[in-house]
Amino acid sequence: MSFNLLIFVSLTYVAFLFGVAFWAEKKAQTTLAEWLSGPVIYTLSLSIYCTAWTFYGAVGYAARSGLEYVTIYLGPTLVMVGWWWILRRLVRIARAQRITSIADLISSRFGKSGWLGMIVTVMAVTAATPYIALQLKSVTQSFSVFATTSGGPWEQADLNTSALWVAVGLAIFTVLFGTRSVDANERHSGIVIAIAVEAVVKLVALVAVGVFVIWGLAGGPSAVLAQIDASKIAHFEPQGGRWVAIIFLSAAAFICLPRMFQVLVVENPDERNLHMASWAFPVYLMLMSLFVLPIAVVGLQLMPEGSNPDLFVLTLPMSQGENGLAMLAFLGGFSSATSMVIVSTIALATMVSNHIIVPLWLKVRPQGALVSGDIRYVNVLARRLSIAGILALGYLYFRISAGGAALAAIGLVSFSGAVQVLPALLGAIFWRGATRVGAGLGLVTGFAVWIWTLYIPSFGADALLSQDVLTNGPFGLWWLRPNALFGLEGMDQLVHGLLWSLLLNALVFFVGSVFSFPLPLERFQGVQFVNVFEMSPDTTTWTNSEARADDLLIMAQRILGGTEAQALFQKAAAEQGKEGYLPDVTPDFVLRLERELAGSVGAATAHAMVGQLTQGAAISVEDLIAVADEAAQILEYSNELEAKSAEQDRTARALREANTKLTAISIQKDAFLSQISHELRTPMTSIRSFSEILREADLSPKEHVKYAGIIHDEALRLTRLLDDLLDLSVLENGQVTLHVHTGQLDDLLDRAIDAAGGQNGGLRILRNRDREDIALTTDLDRLVQVFVNVIANAQKYCTLDDPTLRINVRQLNGRNVIDFVDNGSGISVENQSMIFEKFARFEDEGQAGGAGLGLAICREILGRLGGEISYDPLQNGAAFRVTLPENSAVVKDAPLLAIQ
Amino acid sequence: MPVYLARASYRQRRLRDVMRVLPFVGFLAWIMPTMAGILPASSTVGLYIFAVWMILIASSALINRRLIRQADDSLVDTSSTA
Repeated sequence: MSFNLLIFVSLTYVAFLFGVAFWAEKKAQTTLAEWLSGPVIYTLSLSIYCTAWTFYGAVGYAARSGLEYVTIYLGPTLVMVGWWWILRRLVRIARAQRITSIADLISSRFGKSGWLGMIVTVMAVTAATPYIALQLKSVTQSFSVFATTSGGPWEQADLNTSALWVAVGLAIFTVLFGTRSVDANERHSGIVIAIAVEAVVKLVALVAVGVFVIWGLAGGPSAVLAQIDASKIAHFEPQGGRWVAIIFLSAAAFICLPRMFQVLVVENPDERNLHMASWAFPVYLMLMSLFVLPIAVVGLQLMPEGSNPDLFVLTLPMSQGENGLAMLAFLGGFSSATSMVIVSTIALATMVSNHIIVPLWLKVRPQGALVSGDIRYVNVLARRLSIAGILALGYLYFRISAGGAALAAIGLVSFSGAVQVLPALLGAIFWRGATRVGAGLGLVTGFAVWIWTLYIPSFGADALLSQDVLTNGPFGLWWLRPNALFGLEGMDQLVHGLLWSLLLNALVFFVGSVFSFPLPLERFQGVQFVNVFEMSPDTTTWTNSEARADDLLIMAQRILGGTEAQALFQKAAAEQGKEGYLPDVTPDFVLRLERELAGSVGAATAHAMVGQLTQGAAISVEDLIAVADEAAQILEYSNELEAKSAEQDRTARALREANTKLTAISIQKDAFLSQISHELRTPMTSIRSFSEILREADLSPKEHVKYAGIIHDEALRLTRLLDDLLDLSVLENGQVTLHVHTGQLDDLLDRAIDAAGGQNGGLRILRNRDREDIALTTDLDRLVQVFVNVIANAQKYCTLDDPTLRINVRQLNGRNVIDFVDNGSGISVENQSMIFEKFARFEDEGQAGGAGLGLAICREILGRLGGEISYDPLQNGAAFRVTLPENSAVVKDAPLLAIQ
Repeated sequence: MPVYLARASYRQRRLRDVMRVLPFVGFLAWIMPTMAGILPASSTVGLYIFAVWMILIASSALINRRLIRQADDSLVDTSSTA
């Protein structure tokens, strides 16, 4: 097979890819758009994870270390299967914040920090350079295979020349398709389709070689298994932690590699694509690794001693005369290399342009965002230059490390460099406490340790560092030896470097975050990132904008282009209900504009540019407080509502209680009225009947006197009743005026006994005058009235032959208490609670001769005076206890005792 | 948000739980061969690793297809994390 044919096929293939990409870009606007952005294409585009390293290197890896190669595909499988944990979050955040790259994500999360974006960009470029060199190397090696068979063997100079041409060709292709649109969020549908096609080509090629090897050369699966058991890699010998370390490394790199972040997150048009990719991509990975071990084993057996196992995929079919298959394998490897390089350079160029070139360009032109020309032009140019620059770097690395380590070793070093972003990335999306300072320090630390322990040694001894430094440490500092940091000796170099770099990285990140204080914007972004699922997009409201809409439009036009910018502004104006092009510069609008711009130039730059125009430049603490205030107001309002409803509940309850009380009172009032009527009617009836009798003439004078006496008695009784009622009413309404004087208790009791008819009624009264020597200052007349009532009660109700009333004065709990105890039968238990109520009479009415208001009046009087009267059920007879007012001068501002 | 869910959404959440556990199960299964005292042959380990791979893929496919079908049916926002 001639080398020229190979060149022809390669160019044809590239032309075909151009065609596909053009076609896809055209169709992106039509009905096919949905399919083009669907899960199938998405899954296939992820296949850029499988680079030439996989296509050629995996077989070499397997031929050297057996099964270990498979770990590189196990990690990504775990990430995809567990996409719910990290990828879903990343995709959601990237869409909400219009993230353009992994550097943009870190920068945006930590307060749109330009510095962080720059650090991540530098790290990413450094880590990716060997990887790009690796692709150039594998493509040139595969060229050289064909060149060897068709003519003389290639010299190093031939390899260099072909590598240069490959690099130039890739640069042209990438520039043509990768920088046609500036908005990275406007997805590169052409590129995506092209790499999807390449994904299919490389899978088909590898599977074809595998099938040919298993069934064509080895004689079936069981024969292959037997050959494996007989080969030098028959034993499964995982080396000290490498197995676990590489699974972890590949999983982390799958997320952190700039090109993977590009296809996984940035180019992902729909979160639901992950549902399918979560199982379909692992299928792809499994198929890619399924035939690796058989090819390696059969290659080891059939190929001559000393042939490069990295090229078995190509050389094995060729040695069997299968030129067509070899050509397919070549195209597979070519596809793997080119697709990786294209996406990688686009991702890196976006980062370099957005985080290094454009910010610098803005800085050196002091006029600021408003008058500094068309940013779009700068941006596109920056990206094109970046693409060329990155490929140049890769070529340079290829030249320096020519003939260096095996493909797999370079790949793993590159991976370890890329995953230094992992702590900051996970912190960014899961931990609100992560700060800019911590992230920056962690990244730099991890990067430095990686450079020292993995990157520099990867060039080999005496390339960048002398053998002496490698074995004894710099300046004889034994604990700084690149392969035994802090004296940790005897470890596998990859595990050692990975462990130290990530450990120190994470530690410094954590400590730095804990001990630093974030800027307001960092905290704001932290919430937006970490709580992305609780946030509705655009939840901010802050008012600091003094920009004019036309200024913003001028700036936006230079970044987005005239038509797009005007459409955006017009739409915003329409949403605000305004005519014309210029919307009001509301905080919402500024935020939205900033996000749109971030899609083109990255969050940090967009923020800086909008900030220049809106004066504020950043969210101030006041703005945050304003937002917090608004939230607090809403909270307060809802609390108020709650309080109001609680208050209404209380009011309703109080109303219900009042209603119950009123009903009860109304019933009592009715009862009282009927009682009163009854009380009034009885004497009235007798008065009327006796006066009728008197009207009849034929009465003897004696009868006359008798009936007149009855009428008089009844009238007196009526008067007394009315007096009592009036008295009670006055007392109850609190209208009574008290006449306060000072007097002796014994005098008062003397007066009371006299008024009650003394001991003439047959009642014997026992007293202890010594104890009654108490001075009282109160309304003495009222107090006497109480005593009279109580004594009169004893006179009335104590029906014994020898009625006795003991009046006992004592001190009880510091108050003067007077017990009036008779020797009668007392009051039955069930009536005791009723005796102080109005009209409470339980015994013979006639004998009592009162309306039953006496004790009620007593209670009212004592209530007024600040004392009380109660019935003492523990004595033998009826016992009333009068507790005198404390220093009885107090006229209580007593409550209005309603009729109860 | 209700405390107790209807049967369908309850199932959906448990499916998501399975999906969350799956990577850890896969990781443990895949590092298992390195823990054996006497290391088995490459061919045996190879077969084992690919078997685990297929089981993971099949489980993931079943779960995700069901989840996306339900999401399409009800247009439920699947973002809530409980």
